Amino acid sequence: MDAFTTPLLTGTATGAILLLAALGLTLTFGQMGVINMAHGEFLMAGAYATYLTQQVVTNTDVSIVIAVPVAFLVAGGLGLLLEFFVISRMYHRPLDTLLVTVGVGLVLQQLARDLFGAQGDPVVAPGWLDHQIDVFGYNWPFRQIFTILLALAGLAALAALLKYSSFGRQIRATVQNRDLAETLGVTTRRVDRMTFFVGSGLAGVGGVALALISGTNPTLGTGYIIPAFLVVVAGGLGNLTGTVLAAWTVGVVTAFCTDWINGSMAQVITFALVVVFLQVRPQGLFTVRTRGLV
Amino acid sequence: MRATPSREVLRSWSPLAGIAVFAVLLLVVAPAVLSPFRLDNLAKYSCWAMAAVGIGLAWGRGGMLVLGQGVFFGLGGYVMAMHLKLESAGAGQVPDFMALYGDGTMPLWWEPFRSSAFTLFAIVALPVLIASVLGYAIFKRRVKGAYFAILTQALAVAFATLLVATIQQTGGFNGLNNFSSFFGYNLYDPTNKRMLYTIAASLLVAMLLVVFQLRRSRFGELLVACRDGEERVRFLGHDPANVKLFAFVVAAVMASIGGAMYAPIVGIISPTDVGAPASLLLIAGVALGGRASLLGPALGAMAVGYGRSTLSESFPTQWTYFLGALFIVVILLIPAGLSSVLPRLWAPLRGRVGPARRLRESGATA
Repeated sequence: MDAFTTPLLTGTATGAILLLAALGLTLTFGQMGVINMAHGEFLMAGAYATYLTQQVVTNTDVSIVIAVPVAFLVAGGLGLLLEFFVISRMYHRPLDTLLVTVGVGLVLQQLARDLFGAQGDPVVAPGWLDHQIDVFGYNWPFRQIFTILLALAGLAALAALLKYSSFGRQIRATVQNRDLAETLGVTTRRVDRMTFFVGSGLAGVGGVALALISGTNPTLGTGYIIPAFLVVVAGGLGNLTGTVLAAWTVGVVTAFCTDWINGSMAQVITFALVVVFLQVRPQGLFTVRTRGLV
Repeated sequence: MRATPSREVLRSWSPLAGIAVFAVLLLVVAPAVLSPFRLDNLAKYSCWAMAAVGIGLAWGRGGMLVLGQGVFFGLGGYVMAMHLKLESAGAGQVPDFMALYGDGTMPLWWEPFRSSAFTLFAIVALPVLIASVLGYAIFKRRVKGAYFAILTQALAVAFATLLVATIQQTGGFNGLNNFSSFFGYNLYDPTNKRMLYTIAASLLVAMLLVVFQLRRSRFGELLVACRDGEERVRFLGHDPANVKLFAFVVAAVMASIGGAMYAPIVGIISPTDVGAPASLLLIAGVALGGRASLLGPALGAMAVGYGRSTLSESFPTQWTYFLGALFIVVILLIPAGLSSVLPRLWAPLRGRVGPARRLRESGATA
C-alpha cells in the first residue's frame, strides 16, 4: 500500500504547486495569447518574499501566514511591471513576447543571485506545519497538505472571481471575443493588466509553498516552468477544470515514474505522454469556444 | 514603381554576392589573418552558425519558433563523439568512461558507430528520422505558435535530462570528451585543426547556398505564405503541414551537422551544449542577426558565440544581464534584427526602401 500512497500523495502536492503556477499561465495565455517565460521567476520571487518575511517577522508561526499575501503582492507587482513596460508594447507579437520574457527571466535570476547569493537560503517551516500524518503507512508531511490547501484556496478564489465578480465577467468576455468585449465598453487593456497581476500573484503564492518544501534558490523557477506549460497545453487554454486535472495528472504521473524508475526518466516520460496526448486532443482537455479560425 | 526585369534579376541574385563575400572572409582571409587559437574559436562559432542557418529557415521564413534545436545539435554531436570515442579506444575496445562509471561493457547500440560510414549516415539520417516523426505528429495536428515553441523547448529539457541520467551509456553530465583522432587524423596536430576549420567553414557556406536556393524556390514562397497566412495556404489547396515539416527537417539536419563538427573541434559534447539554455543562445543569435535574412542568423550566432566565449569567462555576472538585455532590446525594438538596421541606415542615400523594411511589414515579426 505504501508504494502506492507515497507517490500518489507527494505527486498531488507537486501537482498543487504546478496548479498555482499554471493558473496564472493559463489565464494570460488564454486571454492575451502571451506566453510568459518569466513566470517561473515569479515563483522564485514568491519564495524569496517568504524568506524575507521570515527575516522581518521572526515568529515562524505568524510569518508564513503573512508571507502568502506578501508573496502575492511581490510577484503580482513584478507581473504588473512586466506587463506595463514590455508586454503591453508587444501586442500582435505573441511569439516574440515569449522570447522577451526569456530575457526578463534571465535578468531576474541573475538579480536574485546578486542580491541573495547563488546558494539559496533555507526557509524554516512553522511549528504547526512540522507534523506528519500517517496515511496507509506513509508519513504525509503537513507541509504537503498545506501546499494542497493553498492551491485549492487559490483555485477557489480565482474561480469565484471569474464567476461572480464584474472583473471576472470582463476577463471571460475578453477571452471569448476581445473585439466584441471592447465594443461593449470593456477596457480590454486594463483587464489584461489586472489579469497579469492576478496570474503572477498566484505564482507568488506557489512560491510560498515551494519555499517550505525546497527552500529558496535563484534557479528555483526553471524546473517548474516547462512542466507548468505542459499542464497549460494539456489542460486547454483559459480553462480551470482542465488545468486542475492536468496539473494533478502531471504531478502524480511524474511522482509514480520517479518512484518506479528515476527522476530524470520521469520528466522524459511525462513529456512523451503530453505529446501523445496532444495527438488525441490537440486543443487540450477542455477548450473555451471561440469563433476564431485558429 | 515597377522594377525593370534586369533590376529584378539583380535583386534575386544579389544575396549570392553576400554569400561570396562571407565565403572569402571565412575561407581565405580568416586563415591568413587569425592565430590558430582564434581560428579554432571561429570554427566553434561556425558550428553554432550552422544550426542558426537552419533556425533562420524554420523560424524566420517559416514562423516556427524552434526552441529546442540543441536537441538536433546534440544528436549530431553525440553521434560523432561516439564514433571518435570508439576510434580513440581502438578496435574491439570499450570507451574509457564506461569502465569508470559502469561495469565496462558497451551497450549494443554503440556498436554500429565503430563504422565511419554509418556514423556519417547517422549524422544526417537520425535528425531526419526524429524531426520527421515528431514534426509529422505536431504539424498534422496543427499544433503551432506558442504550443509548438513550448513543445520543442520541453524536448530540449527532456533530452538533456535523459543524457545526464544515462551516465553509463552517454557519459552523463560530463558528456563525451577526450578524443584523440578524427577519421584517422590526429586531433592535436595544428594542420589537422586547420583542416577541421576549413571543413566547418565550407559546410556553413554550403548551407547558406542551400538556404539561398530554398528561399528562391516555390517551396520558399510557400513557406513564407505559411508563416503569414497558414489558413489561406490551406484554402488554396496546399498542405501547410508538409511545407513546414520539410523546413523543420532541413533545420534539424543543419543543426545536427553543426553539432557533429562541434564535437571534434571543441573536444567535448555534453548536456550543457544541448539543453534549453544552449538552444536559447542559438535563438538569441538568430534574433540578433535578423531571423528572416539570409546571412543574419549565421553572423548573429557567431557574434553571440564570441560574446559567450569571451565575455562570459571574464564577466560571468554581466554576461547573464547582457544576454537578458539582448533578448529584451532586440526583440522589443529591432525584431527584424541588425540586418534590418544596416540597410535602413543607407536606404536614404540610395533613395529606396530597403528589403528589410519590406520584410518587417510583411509579418516577419508575427
